[in-house]
Amino acid sequence: MTSSGLHVAGAAKMAAAEGSGAGGTLFPGLADVSISQDIPVEGEITVPVGSHSPDDDYSTLDEPVKDTIMRDLKAVGKKFVHVMYPRKSSALLRDWDLWGPLVLCVSLALMLQGGSADSKDDGGPQFAEVFVIIWFGAVVITLNSKLLGGTISFFQSLCVLGYCVMPLTVAMLVCRLVLLAGAGTVSFIIRLIVVGAMFAWSTLASTAFLADSQPPNRKALVVYPIFLFYFVISWMILTFTPQ
Amino acid sequence: MATADDLKFQEFDDAANLLAANPDATTISIDEPVEIPKNQHSRLQEPGREEDDELLGTDDSDKTELLAGQKKSAPFWTFEYYQTFFDVDTYQVLDRIKGSVFPVPGKNFVRLYIRSNPDLYGPFWICATLVFTIAVSGNLSNFFIHLGKPTYHYVPEFRKVSIAATTIYAYAWLVPLALWGFLMWRNSKVMNIVSYSFLEIVCVYGYSLFIYIPTAMLWIIPQKVVRWVLMVFSLCLSGSVLVMTFWPAVRDDNRRIAVATVATILLLHALLAVGCLAYFFDAPELEIPAPIIPSH
Repeated sequence: MTSSGLHVAGAAKMAAAEGSGAGGTLFPGLADVSISQDIPVEGEITVPVGSHSPDDDYSTLDEPVKDTIMRDLKAVGKKFVHVMYPRKSSALLRDWDLWGPLVLCVSLALMLQGGSADSKDDGGPQFAEVFVIIWFGAVVITLNSKLLGGTISFFQSLCVLGYCVMPLTVAMLVCRLVLLAGAGTVSFIIRLIVVGAMFAWSTLASTAFLADSQPPNRKALVVYPIFLFYFVISWMILTFTPQ
Repeated sequence: MATADDLKFQEFDDAANLLAANPDATTISIDEPVEIPKNQHSRLQEPGREEDDELLGTDDSDKTELLAGQKKSAPFWTFEYYQTFFDVDTYQVLDRIKGSVFPVPGKNFVRLYIRSNPDLYGPFWICATLVFTIAVSGNLSNFFIHLGKPTYHYVPEFRKVSIAATTIYAYAWLVPLALWGFLMWRNSKVMNIVSYSFLEIVCVYGYSLFIYIPTAMLWIIPQKVVRWVLMVFSLCLSGSVLVMTFWPAVRDDNRRIAVATVATILLLHALLAVGCLAYFFDAPELEIPAPIIPSH
């Protein structure tokens, strides 16, 4: 970090006052010395600022762009790891961000494209439909848990629900790869097992994060919509058939 | 400064005497809490109606109704107002669902289970579950019906989810609105003993749709007879919940109007079930033996 240089000019009154006060006790011989009030004081006081001073937050404008991006990416990556191994930690809740959910939602919606578009009416979900289902569904579930008396904040809940879509995105990736190999019964069974396992993982992960903030006699009322939400997403993934 | 005499307890006269002394004084009359349900008047006026007593539940419903009547006091633009509609615990929701699936003859669903605490959780999430159940079951059943055919290509039919959602949410919210408006209108002409608030009607309709969720799952079975038997059975169960709820509300009216109202309620309910079956579930085709082509 750059060191800050301070130039001091004209703090004479304070110095004079202190000087005469100090002179009264420490330097008895100088007690009757009067100092003019207008002595300009000049100099340079350089304080080398260490790299961990709190002034860092105000000077992120000067850091390289790479640092800025890496800091946010690391935060997002840490949250992905928390979803992979769900423990009752509050890291996801404390510093919420919606980058992860956005990336997951967009990639899931993109991967669900290109499915059986032979008839315009009966194809799979369009990009907009997936997007709306995920975001509108997350908002409705959050409102539901807040109306039932939950103590979690709106964006924290959106953050958790969005990040817990990650296992299902991984399942979608696996399904697409399996479908490249063939679309028979065996591939269907593999896809069914993978999607089922990821659905259970998503639901358990988000329940682990959200369950504590609910009143105890209403936990099931809050968990059920989360179950329904991930079930619908899993259904969309499982029924994806390439053209 | 108040003297000691002013601070002594003073006996006030009757309101009537005070008013006689000073006829022009402004008066305030404080009524009883606004939300006393009309069935309380019925208890005082017509003690001979045992049916109503049975329908009205046990004695402690009085207290809960009085207390509940005072709870919705937050203005409608605050969040707390809407929280009062979600003031239910898990066991209460499960009880209400059980009450809608096993209707006890003679017991009114609203008085027995809702008891002036209508909730929006049940209707909303039961409708959401029903929408997805019908769409998923319809898709699955079509898949199984057309499975062996060489020309069949599986499609997820995602459009049908939006159609199902529109239909079911419209039924569960607009029909109660129309019914409530109709009952209010008849109430102004004929003094009915029992009347329901809009949310209670929404509650009854929402919970009565629950029986269709397992029915829709069982409709995957591709047998016409099975499907129609299931439909009639679930129609009877949920229809009886609706009839037992609304018959006391229209019974005092003109006979023909009462019967017509209940018949319309049942007809709309049946229309929903039949429409869902016809639209989302393809008809299972009969086995046609392959034509034998004589070879020359």
